[in-house]
Amino acid sequence: MITISELAARLSKAVADRTAIGTLSDEFPELDIPTAYQVQRALRGAAGPLAGWKLGVTSRAKQKQVNISEPIYGFLPAAGALDLGEPLDTGAQIQPRCEPEIVFTLGRDLAGPHVTAADVVAASSGVTVGIEVLDSRYADYRFTMADVVADNTSAARYVVGAPVSPEGIDLRLVGVVLERNGKVVATASGAASLGHPAAAVAWLVRALAAEGEGLRAGEIVLSGGLTAAVPVGPGDVVVASIDRLGSLELACR
Amino acid sequence: MPVTDAAARARALYDARRTRTPIPPFTDDDPTLGMADGYAVQRELVDLLLADGDRIVGYKVGLTSEPMQKMIGVDSPDHGPVLASTVYRDGDEIPLSRFIAPKVEAEIVFVLGERLAGPGVTVTQARAALAGAVAGMEIVDSRIADWRIKLADTVADLASNGAVATSSRIVPVADLDTRLVGMTLTRNGELVDTGAGAAALGDPVAVVAWLANVLGENGVALEPGHLIMTGALHAAVPMTPGDVFRAEFDRLGAVTVRVGA
Repeated sequence: MITISELAARLSKAVADRTAIGTLSDEFPELDIPTAYQVQRALRGAAGPLAGWKLGVTSRAKQKQVNISEPIYGFLPAAGALDLGEPLDTGAQIQPRCEPEIVFTLGRDLAGPHVTAADVVAASSGVTVGIEVLDSRYADYRFTMADVVADNTSAARYVVGAPVSPEGIDLRLVGVVLERNGKVVATASGAASLGHPAAAVAWLVRALAAEGEGLRAGEIVLSGGLTAAVPVGPGDVVVASIDRLGSLELACR
Repeated sequence: MPVTDAAARARALYDARRTRTPIPPFTDDDPTLGMADGYAVQRELVDLLLADGDRIVGYKVGLTSEPMQKMIGVDSPDHGPVLASTVYRDGDEIPLSRFIAPKVEAEIVFVLGERLAGPGVTVTQARAALAGAVAGMEIVDSRIADWRIKLADTVADLASNGAVATSSRIVPVADLDTRLVGMTLTRNGELVDTGAGAAALGDPVAVVAWLANVLGENGVALEPGHLIMTGALHAAVPMTPGDVFRAEFDRLGAVTVRVGA
Protein backbone atom coordinates (compact mmCIF):
# COMPACT_ATOMS: atom_id res chain seq x y z
CA MET A 1 0.00 0.00 0.00
CA ILE A 2 1.50 3.32 -1.07
CA THR A 3 1.50 6.13 1.50
CA ILE A 4 0.24 9.70 1.22
CA SER A 5 3.78 11.01 1.50
CA GLU A 6 4.96 8.74 -1.30
CA LEU A 7 2.23 10.09 -3.60
CA ALA A 8 3.18 13.66 -2.63
CA ALA A 9 6.83 12.84 -3.33
CA ARG A 10 6.00 11.82 -6.90
CA LEU A 11 4.39 15.21 -7.53
CA SER A 12 7.27 17.08 -5.87
CA LYS A 13 9.72 15.17 -8.02
CA ALA A 14 7.79 16.15 -11.16
CA VAL A 15 8.15 19.81 -10.15
CA ALA A 16 11.86 19.39 -9.41
CA ASP A 17 12.48 17.49 -12.66
CA ARG A 18 10.24 19.84 -14.69
CA THR A 19 8.86 16.70 -16.25
CA ALA A 20 5.25 15.55 -16.43
CA ILE A 21 4.32 12.24 -14.85
CA GLY A 22 1.53 9.72 -15.44
CA THR A 23 -1.58 10.27 -13.34
CA LEU A 24 -1.75 8.88 -9.83
CA SER A 25 -5.24 7.53 -10.54
CA ASP A 26 -3.91 5.51 -13.43
CA GLU A 27 -1.74 3.56 -11.02
CA PHE A 28 -4.03 3.79 -8.00
CA PRO A 29 -7.63 3.78 -9.24
CA GLU A 30 -8.83 3.82 -5.63
CA LEU A 31 -7.49 7.40 -5.18
CA ASP A 32 -10.54 9.44 -4.15
CA ILE A 33 -10.94 13.15 -3.56
CA PRO A 34 -10.60 13.05 0.27
CA THR A 35 -7.36 11.08 -0.09
CA ALA A 36 -6.23 13.52 -2.78
CA TYR A 37 -6.71 16.43 -0.35
CA GLN A 38 -4.48 14.53 2.11
CA VAL A 39 -1.78 14.38 -0.57
CA GLN A 40 -2.27 18.11 -1.16
CA ARG A 41 -1.96 18.75 2.59
CA ALA A 42 1.33 16.86 2.63
CA LEU A 43 2.59 19.12 -0.17
CA ARG A 44 1.36 22.17 1.74
CA GLY A 45 3.28 21.06 4.84
CA ALA A 46 6.50 21.11 2.82
CA ALA A 47 5.81 24.30 0.84
CA GLY A 48 7.01 26.93 3.30
CA PRO A 49 5.01 30.04 4.21
CA LEU A 50 1.50 30.21 2.79
CA ALA A 51 0.30 33.30 0.86
CA GLY A 52 -3.27 32.12 0.53
CA TRP A 53 -5.59 29.88 -1.44
CA LYS A 54 -6.97 29.29 -4.89
CA LEU A 55 -10.09 27.80 -6.40
CA GLY A 56 -10.48 25.52 -9.39
CA VAL A 57 -13.36 24.25 -11.52
CA THR A 58 -15.52 27.24 -10.57
CA SER A 59 -17.32 27.33 -13.92
CA ARG A 60 -20.70 25.58 -13.79
CA ALA A 61 -20.25 24.48 -17.39
CA LYS A 62 -16.88 22.95 -16.56
CA GLN A 63 -18.36 21.27 -13.46
CA LYS A 64 -21.03 19.63 -15.62
CA GLN A 65 -18.35 18.56 -18.11
CA VAL A 66 -16.31 16.75 -15.46
CA ASN A 67 -19.42 15.64 -13.55
CA ILE A 68 -18.84 17.33 -10.20
CA SER A 69 -21.13 19.74 -8.38
CA GLU A 70 -18.64 21.90 -6.50
CA PRO A 71 -15.27 23.54 -7.05
CA ILE A 72 -11.90 22.32 -5.76
CA TYR A 73 -9.25 24.28 -3.86
CA GLY A 74 -5.51 24.47 -3.54
CA PHE A 75 -2.94 26.49 -1.62
CA LEU A 76 -0.60 29.28 -2.71
CA PRO A 77 2.93 29.11 -1.37
CA ALA A 78 4.43 32.57 -0.80
CA ALA A 79 7.34 31.40 -2.96
CA GLY A 80 4.98 31.05 -5.96
CA ALA A 81 4.34 34.78 -6.23
CA LEU A 82 5.75 36.70 -9.16
CA ASP A 83 6.26 40.36 -8.44
CA LEU A 84 4.73 43.03 -10.65
CA GLY A 85 6.84 43.30 -13.80
CA GLU A 86 8.74 40.11 -13.09
CA PRO A 87 8.78 37.83 -16.12
CA LEU A 88 7.70 34.20 -15.99
CA ASP A 89 10.55 31.77 -16.61
CA THR A 90 8.69 29.21 -18.71
CA GLY A 91 11.77 26.98 -18.69
CA ALA A 92 11.19 26.43 -14.98
CA GLN A 93 7.70 25.10 -15.71
CA ILE A 94 6.43 21.98 -17.44
CA GLN A 95 3.47 23.22 -19.53
CA PRO A 96 2.42 26.64 -18.24
CA ARG A 97 -1.00 28.16 -18.95
CA CYS A 98 -2.35 31.54 -17.83
CA GLU A 99 -5.81 32.59 -16.73
CA PRO A 100 -7.29 35.84 -15.39
CA GLU A 101 -8.69 35.87 -11.87
CA ILE A 102 -10.31 38.20 -9.38
CA VAL A 103 -8.15 38.19 -6.26
CA PHE A 104 -9.39 38.90 -2.74
CA THR A 105 -7.19 40.12 0.11
CA LEU A 106 -8.56 39.24 3.53
CA GLY A 107 -8.69 42.17 5.96
CA ARG A 108 -9.50 39.89 8.87
CA ASP A 109 -9.74 36.20 9.69
CA LEU A 110 -12.75 34.45 8.17
CA ALA A 111 -13.86 30.96 9.07
CA GLY A 112 -16.99 28.93 9.59
CA PRO A 113 -19.46 26.58 7.98
CA HIS A 114 -22.08 29.22 7.15
CA VAL A 115 -20.01 31.97 5.55
CA THR A 116 -21.70 33.62 2.53
CA ALA A 117 -20.52 35.85 -0.32
CA ALA A 118 -21.60 38.95 1.63
CA ASP A 119 -19.38 37.89 4.56
CA VAL A 120 -16.47 37.48 2.16
CA VAL A 121 -16.89 40.97 0.71
CA ALA A 122 -17.21 42.44 4.23
CA ALA A 123 -14.04 40.64 5.40
CA SER A 124 -12.00 41.66 2.34
CA SER A 125 -9.75 44.69 2.55
CA GLY A 126 -9.24 44.69 -1.19
CA VAL A 127 -9.89 43.07 -4.54
CA THR A 128 -7.72 43.14 -7.63
CA VAL A 129 -6.81 41.49 -10.92
CA GLY A 130 -4.53 38.48 -10.94
CA ILE A 131 -2.96 36.12 -13.44
CA GLU A 132 -2.57 32.56 -12.33
CA VAL A 133 0.06 30.44 -14.06
CA LEU A 134 -1.11 26.85 -14.02
CA ASP A 135 1.32 24.02 -14.60
CA SER A 136 -0.13 20.54 -14.35
CA ARG A 137 2.36 17.93 -13.31
CA TYR A 138 0.42 15.43 -15.45
CA ALA A 139 1.09 15.11 -19.17
CA ASP A 140 -1.20 17.27 -21.35
CA TYR A 141 -3.42 18.30 -18.42
CA ARG A 142 -5.15 14.94 -18.56
CA PHE A 143 -6.27 13.94 -15.09
CA THR A 144 -9.20 12.96 -12.88
CA MET A 145 -10.57 15.36 -10.26
CA ALA A 146 -8.72 13.39 -7.56
CA ASP A 147 -5.48 13.68 -9.55
CA VAL A 148 -5.76 17.44 -9.92
CA VAL A 149 -6.68 17.93 -6.25
CA ALA A 150 -3.59 15.95 -5.24
CA ASP A 151 -1.55 18.11 -7.65
CA ASN A 152 -2.62 21.24 -5.74
CA THR A 153 -5.11 22.08 -8.53
CA SER A 154 -2.24 22.63 -11.02
CA ALA A 155 -1.07 25.70 -9.06
CA ALA A 156 2.37 27.01 -10.01
CA ARG A 157 2.97 30.78 -10.09
CA TYR A 158 0.76 33.86 -9.76
CA VAL A 159 0.93 37.61 -10.01
CA VAL A 160 -1.47 39.93 -8.25
CA GLY A 161 -2.18 43.63 -8.88
CA ALA A 162 -2.61 46.44 -6.37
CA PRO A 163 -5.86 45.92 -4.42
CA VAL A 164 -8.73 48.40 -4.51
CA SER A 165 -11.66 48.60 -2.11
CA PRO A 166 -14.45 46.17 -3.01
CA GLU A 167 -17.03 48.74 -1.93
CA GLY A 168 -19.48 49.65 -4.65
CA ILE A 169 -18.11 47.16 -7.18
CA ASP A 170 -20.47 44.53 -8.56
CA LEU A 171 -17.88 41.81 -9.05
CA ARG A 172 -20.46 39.71 -10.88
CA LEU A 173 -20.61 42.13 -13.80
CA VAL A 174 -17.05 43.44 -14.13
CA GLY A 175 -15.74 42.77 -17.62
CA VAL A 176 -12.69 40.56 -18.02
CA VAL A 177 -10.41 40.55 -21.06
CA LEU A 178 -7.47 38.22 -21.62
CA GLU A 179 -5.00 39.11 -24.35
CA ARG A 180 -1.97 37.24 -25.59
CA ASN A 181 0.52 39.10 -27.75
CA GLY A 182 -1.93 41.95 -28.31
CA LYS A 183 -4.85 39.79 -29.40
CA VAL A 184 -8.04 39.25 -27.42
CA VAL A 185 -8.14 35.52 -26.68
CA ALA A 186 -11.08 35.42 -24.29
CA THR A 187 -13.57 37.62 -22.46
CA ALA A 188 -15.85 37.03 -19.49
CA SER A 189 -17.44 38.76 -16.56
CA GLY A 190 -16.91 38.05 -12.87
CA ALA A 191 -19.98 35.81 -12.81
CA ALA A 192 -17.96 33.17 -14.68
CA SER A 193 -16.68 32.03 -11.28
CA LEU A 194 -19.60 30.28 -9.59
CA GLY A 195 -22.02 33.11 -10.46
CA HIS A 196 -20.09 35.55 -8.26
CA PRO A 197 -16.40 35.37 -7.30
CA ALA A 198 -17.21 36.13 -3.63
CA ALA A 199 -19.54 33.11 -3.65
CA ALA A 200 -16.58 31.01 -4.78
CA VAL A 201 -14.49 32.31 -1.88
CA ALA A 202 -17.40 31.65 0.51
CA TRP A 203 -17.48 28.06 -0.73
CA LEU A 204 -13.75 27.81 0.02
CA VAL A 205 -14.26 29.08 3.57
CA ARG A 206 -17.01 26.52 4.16
CA ALA A 207 -14.87 23.73 2.69
CA LEU A 208 -11.94 24.74 4.89
CA ALA A 209 -14.25 24.87 7.92
CA ALA A 210 -14.96 21.17 7.45
CA GLU A 211 -11.23 20.63 7.99
CA GLY A 212 -11.10 22.96 11.00
CA GLU A 213 -9.28 25.60 8.97
CA GLY A 214 -10.05 29.10 7.77
CA LEU A 215 -8.72 32.19 6.03
CA ARG A 216 -6.37 34.50 7.91
CA ALA A 217 -6.03 38.27 7.69
CA GLY A 218 -3.57 39.19 4.96
CA GLU A 219 -4.08 36.00 2.96
CA ILE A 220 -5.10 36.23 -0.68
CA VAL A 221 -7.59 34.07 -2.53
CA LEU A 222 -7.53 33.53 -6.29
CA SER A 223 -11.26 33.09 -6.81
CA GLY A 224 -11.21 30.93 -9.93
CA GLY A 225 -10.18 31.21 -13.58
CA LEU A 226 -12.66 33.41 -15.46
CA THR A 227 -11.74 32.20 -18.96
CA ALA A 228 -10.14 29.11 -20.40
CA ALA A 229 -6.41 29.07 -19.60
CA VAL A 230 -4.11 29.95 -22.49
CA PRO A 231 -0.83 28.10 -23.03
CA VAL A 232 2.25 30.34 -22.93
CA GLY A 233 5.84 29.96 -24.11
CA PRO A 234 8.96 32.08 -24.30
CA GLY A 235 8.28 35.50 -25.86
CA ASP A 236 4.57 35.51 -25.10
CA VAL A 237 3.04 38.48 -23.33
CA VAL A 238 -0.23 38.00 -21.48
CA VAL A 239 -2.43 40.91 -20.38
CA ALA A 240 -5.38 40.48 -18.03
CA SER A 241 -7.74 43.45 -17.65
CA ILE A 242 -10.66 43.59 -15.28
CA ASP A 243 -12.98 46.58 -15.26
CA ARG A 244 -12.58 48.72 -12.12
CA LEU A 245 -9.78 46.48 -10.81
CA GLY A 246 -7.00 47.22 -13.26
CA SER A 247 -4.67 45.43 -15.69
CA LEU A 248 -1.66 43.17 -15.36
CA GLU A 249 0.95 42.37 -17.97
CA LEU A 250 3.00 39.20 -17.71
CA ALA A 251 5.99 38.63 -19.97
CA CYS A 252 7.19 35.08 -20.54
CA ARG A 253 10.84 34.22 -21.02
CA MET B 1 -33.86 24.19 -60.48
CA PRO B 2 -30.83 26.09 -59.17
CA VAL B 3 -31.17 29.85 -58.93
CA THR B 4 -28.32 31.63 -60.59
CA ASP B 5 -28.71 35.39 -60.32
CA ALA B 6 -28.93 37.81 -57.42
CA ALA B 7 -32.59 38.67 -57.98
CA ALA B 8 -33.65 35.02 -58.07
CA ARG B 9 -31.59 34.21 -54.99
CA ALA B 10 -33.12 37.16 -53.16
CA ARG B 11 -36.56 35.93 -54.12
CA ALA B 12 -35.72 32.46 -52.78
CA LEU B 13 -34.66 33.97 -49.43
CA TYR B 14 -37.74 36.21 -49.42
CA ASP B 15 -39.96 33.14 -49.84
CA ALA B 16 -37.98 31.22 -47.22
CA ARG B 17 -38.58 34.06 -44.73
CA ARG B 18 -42.27 34.18 -45.59
CA THR B 19 -42.89 30.42 -45.42
CA ARG B 20 -40.30 29.67 -42.65
CA THR B 21 -38.94 26.98 -44.93
CA PRO B 22 -35.15 26.95 -45.20
CA ILE B 23 -33.39 26.64 -48.53
CA PRO B 24 -30.11 24.91 -49.44
CA PRO B 25 -27.00 27.11 -49.38
CA PHE B 26 -26.37 28.99 -52.64
CA THR B 27 -22.73 27.95 -52.31
CA ASP B 28 -23.74 24.31 -52.80
CA ASP B 29 -24.57 25.07 -56.44
CA ASP B 30 -21.85 27.65 -56.91
CA PRO B 31 -18.90 27.34 -54.51
CA THR B 32 -17.25 30.36 -56.16
CA LEU B 33 -19.77 32.78 -54.65
CA GLY B 34 -18.04 35.31 -52.42
CA MET B 35 -18.73 38.32 -50.25
CA ALA B 36 -19.62 40.68 -53.12
CA ASP B 37 -22.12 38.14 -54.48
CA GLY B 38 -23.65 37.87 -51.03
CA TYR B 39 -24.14 41.63 -50.71
CA ALA B 40 -25.64 41.79 -54.22
CA VAL B 41 -28.30 39.31 -53.08
CA GLN B 42 -28.75 41.15 -49.78
CA ARG B 43 -29.47 44.42 -51.61
CA GLU B 44 -32.12 42.78 -53.79
CA LEU B 45 -33.67 41.10 -50.74
CA VAL B 46 -33.78 44.35 -48.77
CA ASP B 47 -35.52 46.03 -51.72
CA LEU B 48 -38.20 43.33 -51.63
CA LEU B 49 -38.70 43.73 -47.88
CA LEU B 50 -38.82 47.53 -48.04
CA ALA B 51 -41.36 47.31 -50.86
CA ASP B 52 -43.57 45.48 -48.35
CA GLY B 53 -43.44 48.54 -46.11
CA ASP B 54 -40.56 47.62 -43.78
CA ARG B 55 -37.93 50.20 -42.76
CA ILE B 56 -34.21 50.09 -41.97
CA VAL B 57 -33.70 51.22 -38.36
CA GLY B 58 -30.07 50.23 -37.99
CA TYR B 59 -27.52 47.55 -38.75
CA LYS B 60 -26.15 44.39 -37.26
CA VAL B 61 -22.54 43.46 -37.58
CA GLY B 62 -21.66 39.79 -37.46
CA LEU B 63 -18.49 37.71 -37.51
CA THR B 64 -16.88 40.14 -35.07
CA SER B 65 -14.88 37.53 -33.20
CA GLU B 66 -11.84 35.64 -34.41
CA PRO B 67 -13.33 32.18 -33.73
CA MET B 68 -16.42 33.04 -35.84
CA GLN B 69 -14.28 34.53 -38.62
CA LYS B 70 -12.11 31.41 -38.67
CA MET B 71 -15.19 29.20 -38.80
CA ILE B 72 -16.50 31.02 -41.88
CA GLY B 73 -13.03 31.51 -43.31
CA VAL B 74 -12.89 35.30 -43.46
CA ASP B 75 -10.82 38.00 -41.81
CA SER B 76 -13.46 40.70 -41.55
CA PRO B 77 -16.98 41.08 -40.12
CA ASP B 78 -20.15 41.22 -42.22
CA HIS B 79 -23.27 43.35 -41.88
CA GLY B 80 -26.98 43.42 -42.57
CA PRO B 81 -29.84 45.83 -41.91
CA VAL B 82 -32.03 45.79 -38.81
CA LEU B 83 -35.64 46.03 -39.98
CA ALA B 84 -38.32 47.87 -37.99
CA SER B 85 -40.57 44.80 -38.08
CA THR B 86 -37.99 42.75 -36.14
CA VAL B 87 -37.40 45.10 -33.19
CA TYR B 88 -38.60 44.01 -29.73
CA ARG B 89 -38.49 45.83 -26.42
CA ASP B 90 -37.32 44.77 -22.99
CA GLY B 91 -39.86 42.36 -21.48
CA ASP B 92 -41.42 41.33 -24.79
CA GLU B 93 -42.36 37.82 -25.74
CA ILE B 94 -40.65 36.69 -28.91
CA PRO B 95 -42.63 34.00 -30.73
CA LEU B 96 -40.50 31.12 -31.93
CA SER B 97 -42.89 30.66 -34.86
CA ARG B 98 -41.36 33.73 -36.51
CA PHE B 99 -38.09 31.92 -37.03
CA ILE B 100 -36.56 28.81 -38.53
CA ALA B 101 -33.57 27.95 -36.31
CA PRO B 102 -33.17 30.87 -33.92
CA LYS B 103 -30.43 31.43 -31.35
CA VAL B 104 -29.83 34.19 -28.80
CA GLU B 105 -26.76 36.40 -28.58
CA ALA B 106 -26.12 39.14 -26.00
CA GLU B 107 -24.66 42.25 -27.61
CA ILE B 108 -23.81 45.82 -26.78
CA VAL B 109 -26.05 48.01 -28.94
CA PHE B 110 -25.22 51.60 -29.80
CA VAL B 111 -27.65 54.33 -30.73
CA LEU B 112 -26.34 56.91 -33.19
CA GLY B 113 -26.59 60.52 -32.08
CA GLU B 114 -25.14 62.09 -35.18
CA ARG B 115 -24.85 61.11 -38.82
CA LEU B 116 -21.73 59.08 -39.49
CA ALA B 117 -20.52 58.61 -43.04
CA GLY B 118 -17.39 56.77 -44.13
CA PRO B 119 -14.86 56.26 -45.53
CA GLY B 120 -12.16 57.52 -43.19
CA VAL B 121 -14.16 57.25 -39.95
CA THR B 122 -11.89 56.65 -36.93
CA VAL B 123 -12.86 54.88 -33.72
CA THR B 124 -12.65 58.22 -31.92
CA GLN B 125 -15.01 59.85 -34.43
CA ALA B 126 -17.37 56.88 -34.14
CA ARG B 127 -17.45 57.23 -30.36
CA ALA B 128 -18.21 60.94 -30.63
CA ALA B 129 -21.15 60.24 -32.95
CA LEU B 130 -22.87 57.88 -30.50
CA ALA B 131 -25.81 58.98 -28.37
CA GLY B 132 -24.99 56.04 -26.13
CA ALA B 133 -25.41 52.34 -25.56
CA VAL B 134 -28.25 50.03 -24.53
CA ALA B 135 -28.40 46.40 -23.42
CA GLY B 136 -29.19 44.20 -26.40
CA MET B 137 -30.00 40.74 -27.56
CA GLU B 138 -29.97 39.57 -31.12
CA ILE B 139 -31.99 36.63 -32.29
CA VAL B 140 -29.92 35.19 -35.10
CA ASP B 141 -31.69 32.93 -37.56
CA SER B 142 -30.72 31.28 -40.80
CA ARG B 143 -32.97 30.86 -43.78
CA ILE B 144 -30.30 28.44 -45.01
CA ALA B 145 -30.99 24.86 -43.95
CA ASP B 146 -29.26 23.69 -40.75
CA TRP B 147 -27.08 26.82 -40.54
CA ARG B 148 -24.92 25.21 -43.24
CA ILE B 149 -23.65 28.63 -44.28
CA LYS B 150 -20.63 29.89 -46.10
CA LEU B 151 -19.80 33.58 -46.25
CA ALA B 152 -21.90 34.40 -49.35
CA ASP B 153 -24.90 32.54 -47.90
CA THR B 154 -24.99 34.36 -44.58
CA VAL B 155 -24.27 37.77 -46.14
CA ALA B 156 -27.13 37.29 -48.62
CA ASP B 157 -29.41 36.21 -45.74
CA LEU B 158 -29.16 39.62 -43.98
CA ALA B 159 -26.09 38.40 -42.08
CA SER B 160 -28.34 35.80 -40.42
CA ASN B 161 -30.24 38.49 -38.50
CA GLY B 162 -33.62 37.43 -37.16
CA ALA B 163 -34.72 40.00 -34.61
CA VAL B 164 -33.33 42.31 -31.93
CA ALA B 165 -34.43 43.29 -28.43
CA THR B 166 -33.00 46.23 -26.53
CA SER B 167 -33.41 48.11 -23.28
CA SER B 168 -34.63 51.67 -23.63
CA ARG B 169 -32.34 53.70 -21.37
CA ILE B 170 -29.54 55.11 -23.49
CA VAL B 171 -26.33 55.31 -21.44
CA PRO B 172 -23.70 57.80 -22.66
CA VAL B 173 -20.42 56.13 -23.60
CA ALA B 174 -18.02 59.08 -23.74
CA ASP B 175 -16.41 58.07 -20.43
CA LEU B 176 -17.00 54.34 -20.76
CA ASP B 177 -14.30 51.79 -21.55
CA THR B 178 -16.56 49.77 -23.82
CA ARG B 179 -13.92 47.02 -24.10
CA LEU B 180 -14.35 46.18 -20.45
CA VAL B 181 -18.13 46.27 -20.11
CA GLY B 182 -18.98 42.89 -18.59
CA MET B 183 -22.00 40.80 -19.59
CA THR B 184 -23.89 37.86 -18.09
CA LEU B 185 -26.49 35.87 -20.00
CA THR B 186 -28.96 33.78 -17.99
CA ARG B 187 -31.64 31.36 -19.16
CA ASN B 188 -34.43 30.76 -16.64
CA GLY B 189 -32.19 32.25 -13.96
CA GLU B 190 -29.21 30.03 -14.68
CA LEU B 191 -25.96 31.51 -15.92
CA VAL B 192 -25.34 30.45 -19.51
CA ASP B 193 -22.31 32.50 -20.44
CA THR B 194 -20.35 35.65 -19.70
CA GLY B 195 -18.30 38.03 -21.81
CA ALA B 196 -16.97 41.54 -22.18
CA GLY B 197 -17.12 44.19 -24.90
CA ALA B 198 -13.65 43.37 -26.24
CA ALA B 199 -15.06 40.14 -27.69
CA ALA B 200 -16.50 42.30 -30.49
CA LEU B 201 -13.55 43.22 -32.70
CA GLY B 202 -11.46 44.21 -29.66
CA ASP B 203 -13.82 47.13 -28.93
CA PRO B 204 -17.49 47.46 -29.90
CA VAL B 205 -16.93 51.09 -30.92
CA ALA B 206 -14.42 49.81 -33.51
CA VAL B 207 -17.35 47.85 -34.96
CA VAL B 208 -19.23 51.11 -35.56
CA ALA B 209 -16.23 52.66 -37.32
CA TRP B 210 -15.79 49.54 -39.45
CA LEU B 211 -19.48 49.58 -40.40
CA ALA B 212 -19.51 53.30 -41.25
CA ASN B 213 -16.48 52.84 -43.48
CA VAL B 214 -17.83 49.79 -45.31
CA LEU B 215 -21.26 51.34 -45.86
CA GLY B 216 -19.56 54.57 -46.91
CA GLU B 217 -18.00 52.80 -49.87
CA ASN B 218 -21.53 52.49 -51.24
CA GLY B 219 -22.57 56.01 -50.27
CA VAL B 220 -24.65 54.80 -47.33
CA ALA B 221 -24.44 56.65 -43.98
CA LEU B 222 -25.43 55.76 -40.45
CA GLU B 223 -28.22 58.10 -39.40
CA PRO B 224 -29.20 59.56 -36.00
CA GLY B 225 -31.31 57.04 -34.10
CA HIS B 226 -29.91 54.04 -35.93
CA LEU B 227 -29.28 50.96 -33.77
CA ILE B 228 -25.90 49.29 -34.23
CA MET B 229 -25.74 45.68 -33.05
CA THR B 230 -22.03 45.20 -32.41
CA GLY B 231 -21.73 41.43 -32.35
CA ALA B 232 -22.04 38.54 -29.92
CA LEU B 233 -19.89 38.50 -26.79
CA HIS B 234 -20.26 34.70 -26.40
CA ALA B 235 -21.39 31.59 -28.31
CA ALA B 236 -25.01 31.75 -29.56
CA VAL B 237 -27.60 29.85 -27.49
CA PRO B 238 -30.56 27.88 -28.96
CA MET B 239 -34.07 28.89 -27.81
CA THR B 240 -36.97 26.77 -26.52
CA PRO B 241 -40.54 27.98 -25.91
CA GLY B 242 -40.96 29.08 -22.30
CA ASP B 243 -37.32 30.13 -21.91
CA VAL B 244 -36.66 33.49 -20.30
CA PHE B 245 -33.36 35.02 -21.40
CA ARG B 246 -31.80 37.94 -19.58
CA ALA B 247 -28.69 39.70 -20.79
CA GLU B 248 -27.24 42.06 -18.20
CA PHE B 249 -24.44 44.49 -18.95
CA ASP B 250 -22.34 46.35 -16.44
CA ARG B 251 -23.39 50.03 -16.45
CA LEU B 252 -25.95 49.51 -19.25
CA GLY B 253 -28.61 47.50 -17.43
CA ALA B 254 -30.45 44.44 -18.63
CA VAL B 255 -32.79 43.27 -21.36
CA THR B 256 -35.15 40.34 -20.81
CA VAL B 257 -37.19 38.40 -23.35
CA ARG B 258 -39.55 35.48 -23.06
CA VAL B 259 -39.61 32.89 -25.80
CA GLY B 260 -43.14 32.20 -27.00
CA ALA B 261 -44.44 29.32 -29.05
